[in-house]
Amino acid sequence: MHGTKKNNDVRPQMPLGLAKRGFSGVIRHLAVEDSGSALSAVELESRLIELGFVEGARVKILHEGIVGRDPIAVRVENVTIAVRRREAMAIIVA
Amino acid sequence: MEAPLMHLALVGTPNSGKTSLFNALTGSRQKVANYPGVTVERKEGSFVTPLGRQVSVVDLPGTYSLRGRSPDEEITRDIVLGRTPGEALPDLVLCVADSTNLRLTIRLVLELKRTARPLMLVLNMFDIATRRGVTVDVAGLSAALGIPVVTSIAVRKGGTADLLRRTDEIAAQAPVPAQQNLWQPLTVAELRATQREADRIIAANISLPVRPDTWTARIDAVVLHPVAGLAILALILFVMFQAVFAWAQPLMELLSSAFTALGQMVHDTLPAGLLQSFLQNGVISGVGSVIVFLPQIVIIFLFILLLEDFGYMARAAFLMDRIMGGAGLHGRAFIPLLSSFACAIPGIMATRVIDNRRDRLTTILIAPLMTCSARIPVYTLIISAFIPDQQIWGWFNLRGLVMFGLYTAGIASALGVSFLIKFLMWRDYAPAPFMLELPDYKLPRARSIAIGVYTRAKMFLQRAGTTIFSMMVLIWFLASFPLAPAGAQDPAINYSFAAVIGKALEPLLAPLGFNWQIAVALIPGMAAREVAVAALGTVYAIEGGKEAAEQIGQMLATKWSLATALSLLAWYIFAPQCASTLAVIRRETGSWKWMAITFAYMFALAYAASLATYTIARALGAG
Repeated sequence: MHGTKKNNDVRPQMPLGLAKRGFSGVIRHLAVEDSGSALSAVELESRLIELGFVEGARVKILHEGIVGRDPIAVRVENVTIAVRRREAMAIIVA
Repeated sequence: MEAPLMHLALVGTPNSGKTSLFNALTGSRQKVANYPGVTVERKEGSFVTPLGRQVSVVDLPGTYSLRGRSPDEEITRDIVLGRTPGEALPDLVLCVADSTNLRLTIRLVLELKRTARPLMLVLNMFDIATRRGVTVDVAGLSAALGIPVVTSIAVRKGGTADLLRRTDEIAAQAPVPAQQNLWQPLTVAELRATQREADRIIAANISLPVRPDTWTARIDAVVLHPVAGLAILALILFVMFQAVFAWAQPLMELLSSAFTALGQMVHDTLPAGLLQSFLQNGVISGVGSVIVFLPQIVIIFLFILLLEDFGYMARAAFLMDRIMGGAGLHGRAFIPLLSSFACAIPGIMATRVIDNRRDRLTTILIAPLMTCSARIPVYTLIISAFIPDQQIWGWFNLRGLVMFGLYTAGIASALGVSFLIKFLMWRDYAPAPFMLELPDYKLPRARSIAIGVYTRAKMFLQRAGTTIFSMMVLIWFLASFPLAPAGAQDPAINYSFAAVIGKALEPLLAPLGFNWQIAVALIPGMAAREVAVAALGTVYAIEGGKEAAEQIGQMLATKWSLATALSLLAWYIFAPQCASTLAVIRRETGSWKWMAITFAYMFALAYAASLATYTIARALGAG
């Protein structure tokens, strides 16, 4: 996170799990420790990467479930992935 | 000299169109079995290349990586690496990709390359990609990945020509000297590096349209809407059940009269005696009364396969995740549970998509509560015999409504049991994650659906021809021997083994309103639920002669009270009456304990529900 700052660095970083429907941003990093997921940190990180959640990927929240606005349908580049907010807390976006 | 058989393996991410490519390559030359020791479905087919080479191809379970975090994914990994005893090491691995969605597949290709197996990337659904404005530099992609890349349109005639030609070319080359497998389970850093590399390759060789698939976006706006989406889901399920009941009727009547005619022919041709009785009452009416339900099974699988191919199943899981989560279920359990409406066996096998053991166990335990197609014969028989065929509110059919009610009771009890399991056994555990790709909608292809329905119908008929047939012979034997003494006044069956067993069970089942004929029918029903219908037919046919066999339903209406009929319906919502389901539970959980628990809890529920139904119905005057 040291190199030259881009414009969107100005936006505050937040977990994707807290973002509302319609949010659109870029993944800054994955914070899998103490995410509250039932998965181990390594397993959660591996799965997120396998589904395309890597640093720099553009994300947008397209849909929300009816109960507790959960789960969320996230557009990651050109793929749509459904995740629960609990796991999305590990995806730090800006 | 004939060239040796070439082995191909299809690998790809879920929703990559792997199965439609498999269907396009092999047509109906498919064999579905299980891998030894595990219950992962093994789909193998064969075809001949343009140059006449015999090719055997396996369709491996979909996966995003070779880490093997579920039994399905382990199969894919082990076959690609040649670690499965008795399975040929593939001569060529075909990695199948959805051309509109290459990002995750390219990462998988980079991981597959480490195995050093001959590898080719198939850009499937290339027509859709082109239409959406995706342009791929195929030569550049091939150079960047260092493997051959071909395009294909599995659903179009001749759409796999390029693939076949390249396969011939690769087969003609001198065999590649065995190379060292460099694949190790990837660390998080390596995973990240491969995805970055994939993104770099995509940026250099593929240009994506600015706007995503607008149709998918438009449909999702409605289908994934929190309120409208759930209403649509309920509507789809409702239409499905009305269809199963209404559309299948004419075909079923046709089949039914065909079997009656066949039985009559045998009756007229053969002299009266044991052989005539065995063929007419044991074989023809027994097997016939099960095969009659083929139209309903075809319709239910047609719906499931259509929804699956359209891409709706993943949406249903998304909509149901939190709602099912309230009952302690994972959103992914929705698909196995929906499959259980057809049959609990594929449903339980489909729970392998749930990688958390506790979530999976809960789903396995409640899957048999979903109303499987084998219960339809029993429900249909009793409903047509006891429920009047009338319209309610001008629109709904009363029989259809009762059927809907039985399905709802099954679902409600499944959710209740799941909630109890979670509450009693796993109170303090965090729910497992729900992560699922929502694929773009695709128009289902008639050919692919037809092959799927055909495969399942064949499985049902095979079962009717083996398990059910042998049970029918057994029940006929039990109901016919020992023969009635000369000059006996009562119907012959009253002297048989069946009567002895039925009467022994009668005291236990009497509080439920079941007579000994029902008790007799429940015994062979252990082999498969639908056999109970055939068994009732046999029991009453032998008792009442051939007129009764023609109209089992009318017969029952005169022999049973409404309370008994309702009690039997309630029994069938819960009854653990399927030896194959219990066997699959044992195999899938690897323990007798879970099988015993399933049997015990379902038996207790069935007994309680029947007792309550019978008592209440009698109190209301239906006794």
